Amino acid sequence: MEKGYRRKRGTRQIPDDEVITLENVTKSYSTGAPALNGVSLHIKKGEFVFIVGDSGSGKSTLIKLLLRELVPTDGEITVLGYNLRKIKHSKIPKFRRNLGIVFQDFRLLKDRNVYENVAFAQRIVQTPTREIKRNVPSILATVNLAGKYKNKINQLSGGEQQRVALARALVNKPTILLADEPTGNLDPNNSWEIMKLMEQINENGTTVIVVTHNREIVNAMKKRVITMKKGVIIEDEEEGMYIDED
Amino acid sequence: MRISSFFYTIGQGFKNLGRNKWYTLASIATISACLFLFGLFYSIITNFENVVKTAEEGVSVTVFFNEGTSEEQILAVKSDLEQRAEVREIVYVSADDAWEDFKEEYLGEYADGFTENPLADSANLQIYLNDVSLQGALVTYIESIDVVREVNRSEVTANTLSGLNVLIAYISAGIIIILLLVSIFLISNTVTMGIAVRKDEINIMKYIGATDFFVRAPFVVEGIIIGIIGSIIPLVIIYFVYTNAIAYVVSRFTMLSTLLNFLPVSIVYNKLVPISLAIGIGIGFFGSFTTVRKHLHV
Repeated sequence: MEKGYRRKRGTRQIPDDEVITLENVTKSYSTGAPALNGVSLHIKKGEFVFIVGDSGSGKSTLIKLLLRELVPTDGEITVLGYNLRKIKHSKIPKFRRNLGIVFQDFRLLKDRNVYENVAFAQRIVQTPTREIKRNVPSILATVNLAGKYKNKINQLSGGEQQRVALARALVNKPTILLADEPTGNLDPNNSWEIMKLMEQINENGTTVIVVTHNREIVNAMKKRVITMKKGVIIEDEEEGMYIDED
Repeated sequence: MRISSFFYTIGQGFKNLGRNKWYTLASIATISACLFLFGLFYSIITNFENVVKTAEEGVSVTVFFNEGTSEEQILAVKSDLEQRAEVREIVYVSADDAWEDFKEEYLGEYADGFTENPLADSANLQIYLNDVSLQGALVTYIESIDVVREVNRSEVTANTLSGLNVLIAYISAGIIIILLLVSIFLISNTVTMGIAVRKDEINIMKYIGATDFFVRAPFVVEGIIIGIIGSIIPLVIIYFVYTNAIAYVVSRFTMLSTLLNFLPVSIVYNKLVPISLAIGIGIGFFGSFTTVRKHLHV
């Protein structure tokens, strides 16, 4: 095998620095048009990518496929060397430990405090307690929540809750951070704060993929922008813009 | 699994009880109610069985022998019969014993007029059975023995007791199955509701990379704890209800207590405690195990 390439996939070899590869991926549900239709996509390690598009364009399906919550109807998806069509059910947890995920609705455990919510992620991957006690305060400091580690989730603002979710996603040091509408429930100030944190995380080497509707942020940040419409990629540009299709 | 993760899992199981107070209370109440009914029914049935068993123990078959049969021959028949599975005990009553009993019971001082034993040929064997339903087969066998003159038995009593035994067995099995099915239905519904509320938590765990075992373990620990508490509560209640009820019946209805031989609570609890705990823990375990499985495919 040629140096710098990981594995042959059909006629194309996957370069070592490519963390996400989609080749002609189609995802159909039982009714209606396919949610994704023959999508091919290549994302390299350390990239910051926005995925934009209207509702029903296939963004959420794409995220679910990358998380291996869904299996493609056709085509191949390779994430960090894992073939997500063929991966065994028992291997999925190990695969997901390489990913950090942030949702629009935060999905925090409301009956636990800030520290417990972040430590929860470390417990799941069976990190020793000694390390958890070291890692959690450190990551909370990174998202500027060091002083609120004892607070209950309902005592925090929306922006703070999203920062807790971000800390939880990052504490296990993921290779890829997936964010599904992370600013969807936030005001502009908090939205910018979250995006700056993500940019900072990206600068430290983590690949960041953000699904968003926030035109202002996408256009200001000058990152790679993948635009989707009706299940296909209609545009994929470095330092792209989120252009209103209407 | 790391030791710290093991203790974390156990700890989470306990903490979940407090986090979902209403679900915990509802589950414990459901299991307790079902096992209370089960325990109450079990106590009544066990006592009823004991009454029938005591009655059975009193039922005997009396075997009389032909004139001139020697004691050695009778004792040989006794040894032969003692080998049979349905025989619990055989008492040999010699002609002299039979006459002594008769005098004592019916004649008193009037017996002095008899110089010889009028019951000279009344030596007999009194046979007590393990199972009265086998009386017919035993009597047929005894009647085929040469030296046997007559076999006395109470067929009506044996048939009635045997029928009662079968009836108790059917009723017990029927009621226990119904109670178990109702318990499983009610408890699985309660567990399903409790876990559905925490579907998000399970989803988050799966997204972060928790294995199925790690997701399931705290729920299963929680289910087992609920099962244990849910079975201990009715056991404690039944203990007090049972001992007080028996004390009340014995003190208020003296005649009834001489007829019925109530079992001490320790005898009833010898089986009721392990059965109740096994049902409680089993339902808690399988209820949580199967319900969590529905949410694992994320």
